[in-house]
Amino acid sequence: MHGPDVVWYIALAGVLFVTGSLGVLVRRSPLIILLSVEIMLNGANLALIAFARHFGHEDGQVFAIAVMAIAASEVVVGLGLIVAMGRRNVELDVDKLRTLRG
Amino acid sequence: MANFIVWVVWCGAAFACLASALAVISFKNPFFSALSLIGNLASLAVLYLLLGGEFVAAGQVLVYGGAVMVMFLFVIAYLGDKTDQAPWAGGPSWQAVGTVLAAGSILAEVIVALALTTGGHLSKEAHIGRSFGSPASVGRLFLTDHLLAFEVTSIVLLVAAVGGVVLGSHARTLENDARP
Repeated sequence: MHGPDVVWYIALAGVLFVTGSLGVLVRRSPLIILLSVEIMLNGANLALIAFARHFGHEDGQVFAIAVMAIAASEVVVGLGLIVAMGRRNVELDVDKLRTLRG
Repeated sequence: MANFIVWVVWCGAAFACLASALAVISFKNPFFSALSLIGNLASLAVLYLLLGGEFVAAGQVLVYGGAVMVMFLFVIAYLGDKTDQAPWAGGPSWQAVGTVLAAGSILAEVIVALALTTGGHLSKEAHIGRSFGSPASVGRLFLTDHLLAFEVTSIVLLVAAVGGVVLGSHARTLENDARP
């Protein structure tokens, strides 16, 4: 293959995943947490596609497309919850959602 | 020469990818975060093209950059100006320090696992044909080897669509309950 080895792609995928998890853990707005989850999913997708290229078989690409569909459904449910929060005038701050705390 | 060009494209796409990911998690306003996520998705599509995944790159731009991000921007506009606190506001708390430590340990684990299993390099790159990653070959795999995953994905999408409708209509019943 011309250009960078697959290890470079996997390292980039790891850094993307960590960046997304940092966003999930640090931020308090549920919208930005959903966006960070998208970054984590994209990191996993990049690893899948890099290994698909490395082994010369498209199985990884098939699963990357499945991950995309799962991400779309996750966004639908997550945004539905956020809109429901907005309509009930709940403050959009995950630290203040304590109703379910025992 | 071709090798050099691929390296240049890779470095540009990887830099854009990391910079936009950092921008997503550090903007105060969710609107700008969503806009920078579009840049992240576009640079990832370039990386997928370098890896021979033409169909996945097109799907990434269409499904993510098109449908999902439009939905995000619509919801952010619907909710109005809900600016979050900046992540660095109020000095470093024990929560943020622990978070950075946890994220750093995940990164260290990824790198150590990669180094231990591959010894730093994965040699013997497979040779691929011209049709690698084309819609025809990916679609054939979907309908033969991975038919179960395909069908399960469709059921998940159906359940998510029903869930979105239920969550959206829930607010109406709440208003009716609150009226008397």
